[in-house]
Amino acid sequence: MPTPHNTEAAATMTTAVIDHHDAPEHEEHHSSMPIDNRKLAIWTFIGSECLFFASLISTFLVYRGQSLKGPGPKDIFSVPLVTFGTAVLLFSSFFVVMALNGAQEGNRKKLITWLSLTVLAGCFFIGMQVYEFSHFYHEGMGYTTNLFSASFYTLTGFHGTHVAIGTLWLATVLKDAIKGNVPKEKALNLELAALYWHFVDVVWIIIFPVVYLMSLGS
Amino acid sequence: MAAHAVEEHTHTSASKYIQIAVVLFALTALEVLLYEACFGHLKESMPGLASSLGPYFVQLLLILSAFKFWLVAMFYMHLKFDMKVLSWVFGFSLVIASVVILALIALFTYNRTLWWIGGVKW
Amino acid sequence: MATTVLDPTHAHAAKRSAVVEWLTTVDHKKIGILYGASAFIFFLIGGLEALIIRTQLMKPDNTLVSPEMYNQLFTMHGTTMIFLAVMPLSAMFFNFFVPLLIGARDVAFPRLNAMSFWVFLLGGLFLNASFLMGAAPNGGWFGYAPLSSRQFAGGLNMDFWVIGLQILGIASLAAGVNFFTTILNMRAPGMTLMRMPMFVWMTLITQILVLLSFPVITVALIMLMADRTFGSSFFSWAGGGDPMLWQHLFWVFGHPEVYILILPAFGIISEILPVFSRKPLFGYSAMVFSGAFIAFLGFGVWSHHMFSTGMGPLADSFFSLMTMLIAIPTGVKIFNWIGTIWGGSVQLKTPMWFALGFIAMFIIGGLSGVMHSVAPADLQQTDSYFVVAHFHYVLFGGSIFALTAGGYYWWPKMFGRMLDEKLGMTHFWLMLVGFNLTFFPMHFAGLLGMPRRIYTYPAGLGFELYNMMATAGAFLLGISFLVFIVNVIKTWRGPANAPADPWGGATLEWAIPSPPQEFNFPKLITVHEKDALWQMKREAGVSRLPEPDLVSGKGIHMPGPSWWPLVVAFGILIFFIGFMMKDPWAFPFRPVNILGFAITTFGIFKWAYEAPDAHAPQH
Repeated sequence: MPTPHNTEAAATMTTAVIDHHDAPEHEEHHSSMPIDNRKLAIWTFIGSECLFFASLISTFLVYRGQSLKGPGPKDIFSVPLVTFGTAVLLFSSFFVVMALNGAQEGNRKKLITWLSLTVLAGCFFIGMQVYEFSHFYHEGMGYTTNLFSASFYTLTGFHGTHVAIGTLWLATVLKDAIKGNVPKEKALNLELAALYWHFVDVVWIIIFPVVYLMSLGS
Repeated sequence: MAAHAVEEHTHTSASKYIQIAVVLFALTALEVLLYEACFGHLKESMPGLASSLGPYFVQLLLILSAFKFWLVAMFYMHLKFDMKVLSWVFGFSLVIASVVILALIALFTYNRTLWWIGGVKW
Repeated sequence: MATTVLDPTHAHAAKRSAVVEWLTTVDHKKIGILYGASAFIFFLIGGLEALIIRTQLMKPDNTLVSPEMYNQLFTMHGTTMIFLAVMPLSAMFFNFFVPLLIGARDVAFPRLNAMSFWVFLLGGLFLNASFLMGAAPNGGWFGYAPLSSRQFAGGLNMDFWVIGLQILGIASLAAGVNFFTTILNMRAPGMTLMRMPMFVWMTLITQILVLLSFPVITVALIMLMADRTFGSSFFSWAGGGDPMLWQHLFWVFGHPEVYILILPAFGIISEILPVFSRKPLFGYSAMVFSGAFIAFLGFGVWSHHMFSTGMGPLADSFFSLMTMLIAIPTGVKIFNWIGTIWGGSVQLKTPMWFALGFIAMFIIGGLSGVMHSVAPADLQQTDSYFVVAHFHYVLFGGSIFALTAGGYYWWPKMFGRMLDEKLGMTHFWLMLVGFNLTFFPMHFAGLLGMPRRIYTYPAGLGFELYNMMATAGAFLLGISFLVFIVNVIKTWRGPANAPADPWGGATLEWAIPSPPQEFNFPKLITVHEKDALWQMKREAGVSRLPEPDLVSGKGIHMPGPSWWPLVVAFGILIFFIGFMMKDPWAFPFRPVNILGFAITTFGIFKWAYEAPDAHAPQH
């Protein structure tokens, strides 16, 4: 068993087992670190996304209580609904690690079952958000109604867009898995989508208390 | 890394993931309970709890979410088992992101305070 | 060439027309050349805008251009030079040289690399297309709200800017991910981080800055676009919004952006000085750490661009202090460059002259920068020509001098031809004199109170002489670049005369033929020390290694060309153009956005499922 940072052995094994969609060569690919390019890239992208959401959250917080007219968070938020959505998203993170577990064990049935659940959870969350937005809209909170509405819709809307992209990505992997194209050696294909998915989840872990609970409290 | 990760996953398999899922769910429930106790339905029935937790509501919420964030990043995103460089990439981004959020809040609060006091704007 | 290249991609490419080959290329060297050529053309366009500005300001009460036109000219001059000239000229060097310097065959994601370029080019063309519609951006390169809001900028002008910058941001972010991964993961065996050439280090730090600062401007631009297109009020007092938030978000991006423009220049200089001084870089690790320190501090100084907005004494003091701190690592770098030359066997070739010019000019710009860091002094200097002088000394005297130095240094490697030394020297001296004649008098004009961004000024305020000098200098600068073009054309018609290692270089790119073959390195090189090539030469006991042979490259597997990066880039362009559409093309259907989104998604799927060598025959 290779030790965690045993470079040479791990690098050789990595290049042997991983399908390089984008690596410039197959036979002699050299990695200076025992890590796949795509995995490092997705983490780099996630790092960059941190600043994207930080800017949106900053805007929301800076504009807290600055709206000139209502409705405000207290008139509109419903804690039970969004708690349910939060739970679903948290569970989907659990589903996708189970799916990845299945993929890495080469257990196709486990992979497909858990991945289907993840995609369903993603769809459910999007559905919840669509319901929430249309409900708010009918309550009289349009995008341009006030600062709160604009910064709330922009922040949660972009999060929702990320959920939608993640769901689409996972659904694509699911399609491949059903076709039998995600064998053990290609578990990384799922791992990349899963990392993105978890990131979307941790962003919501911040948004839920900061945007919903804190706006209702204090 | 793949070979090594596969090894790890067979060790930290399903049961660990389930435990973490339970903890995550419990923490979320705690967040909501905290809100209900301080400002929601439970406020009337337990006024003592509300008044003692109320002032620390934001801090408590942030601590709970930070812990959830840490659990997901460490175990579901495998940072605990993966190469250190990934933790550095994510950690550094988080530091800069937090600096930006805190600095902007501080700048605007400070500026508005100056406005309210009046006269000392410059 | 005695040998024919037998690698499958190349053999296949021969059957494709040259145009198709360039449109579908994923070769980092070709993409580098595409970046360079496009950026140089944008640089000339930006230069032309500058010449019109200078002609307008040549004498008092001039009426060459209208105030409206003048606004468009200075906005597009700034936007073009920053986003379409200096950044992509640096990107040219990243693309062509980072893989060579780290001993790799290509970048980590060749097709993503191609997409970055096409998105950049289409974004740049989109921005400049605004001139054809008579509606070029007119609110400054910083797009301060509410000058850029719907209320005060109703036309399409700032739409072009807001949307164009978002498109360019995508190109930069994609390249950022790509080069960060490439540098960390694709280094040749034995090339540890602390053996990397300084240019690679500075590229790595630049990518970190890109990755962490561009998302911030993206968010700001999205909100400004929402204000303009959908009528929200993020940055409008009327709706409770705060234009200060725009300024803060803009400069949270804007200050790291300054280092994005200058750090690659530092890297280029740190490659050239050792080679032409025949001495290793002085204080290598100090250079690495000061570069990293500059980048880190760069995220904590943004509000020094906003001293005059009344942030209050505490904020002003904090940002003053942080800004002064940055002078320390920058000073370390300058001392180390001088230490590198000190006692060296200095070879005064064209690249070295430009590098020396860089050091001198950058010191002047750096010193006036330190003056700005003092908040009370800055209140006197802000919005005056003193600031214009300062940032041209760092951006032109810094970045452009270094990029030109890099151009002369690496030209033989890129195109297999030596540039003419005499014409190169003419270029240098014209540029040095022209540059100082243009920008030094601006210090005085600024201190006398001449404001920035005014289209004209009355006689009798003492500005006449300085403006006349500046205009004359600007034309001299223009001529200096004509000399460069003449040099290129002249040597292009001559024979391909560049040896593999014309300067006695220290780094791996000089170990392979000029220009390099598609696969760069027939065999991966194992690195044992810093300045790997010098070490190899020492080991072989020679001052020049023998000219490397052209080899067939048989069996080396290179990625095949692909159309999908171009398709995705077009999709992104169309998606963003959709946001310019007002009724009846707008909400709720927005067909142009949907079309763009569909093309992008389609392209991404085809791309994801395309085998890396889809177009290459089996071997």
